[in-house]
Amino acid sequence: MADDDLFKALGDPTRRTILDELTEKSGQTLFEICGRLSMKHGLGISRQAVSQHLAVLETAGLVGTRREGRYKFHDLNTAPLRRIAERWHVPDAGGPEPAAGPEPKESTP
Amino acid sequence: MRIHLTSVFVDDQAKAEHFYTEILGFVKKHDVPVGEKDRWLTVVSPDEPDGTELLLEPAGHPAARTYRDALVEDGIPLAQFAVDDVQAEYTRLHGLGVRFTQEPVEMGPVTTAVFDDTCGNLIQIATQPQ
Repeated sequence: MADDDLFKALGDPTRRTILDELTEKSGQTLFEICGRLSMKHGLGISRQAVSQHLAVLETAGLVGTRREGRYKFHDLNTAPLRRIAERWHVPDAGGPEPAAGPEPKESTP
Repeated sequence: MRIHLTSVFVDDQAKAEHFYTEILGFVKKHDVPVGEKDRWLTVVSPDEPDGTELLLEPAGHPAARTYRDALVEDGIPLAQFAVDDVQAEYTRLHGLGVRFTQEPVEMGPVTTAVFDDTCGNLIQIATQPQ
């Protein structure tokens, strides 16, 4: 099930952090991702473990890899996240939030 | 004990000499013929002429290519050089056509960037907070 892969991928805090960092800048080498995790987030995880996390994200379609000459870069792909919104309908983002609509009539004591 | 010399394997010593001196700005320290065409070729920082030497070693060993290619694919630098300002150095080198695999990124206390030395290796530059 593709959705199972998606939820499994999102269910881990390290993988969510990797997605955060790829949101800041898409197209990172494994080395850069490892550096960001350890130096910015204090996550002491091995390069092999990061590779495995990336493989899970890739299976879910959230990360794509691209070879450019001798280098390999990882890109963010948020398209699969739409399946979540489609499965559990989200009201129009442009519409008013339920609490932010016209003044609620709560002034009655 | 002190670190006197460290080395990078380079595809072509003449090309490496050009890149490490003309582009990066190091100064040639030793250039001694070794064997048929190889040289004992070292460079140093102009700021520290008696500091650690970097040996530009011919990558002739069969294992060297496999090793270096695997590192480059994952973006892992072979050496790190200190610079006063990574962003300024990035701008300068980028202007000279140097290819970066990682643009300057603040990583906690340090700012780093990674570029291709055109001789088969990735090199990291870093600015440490003073």
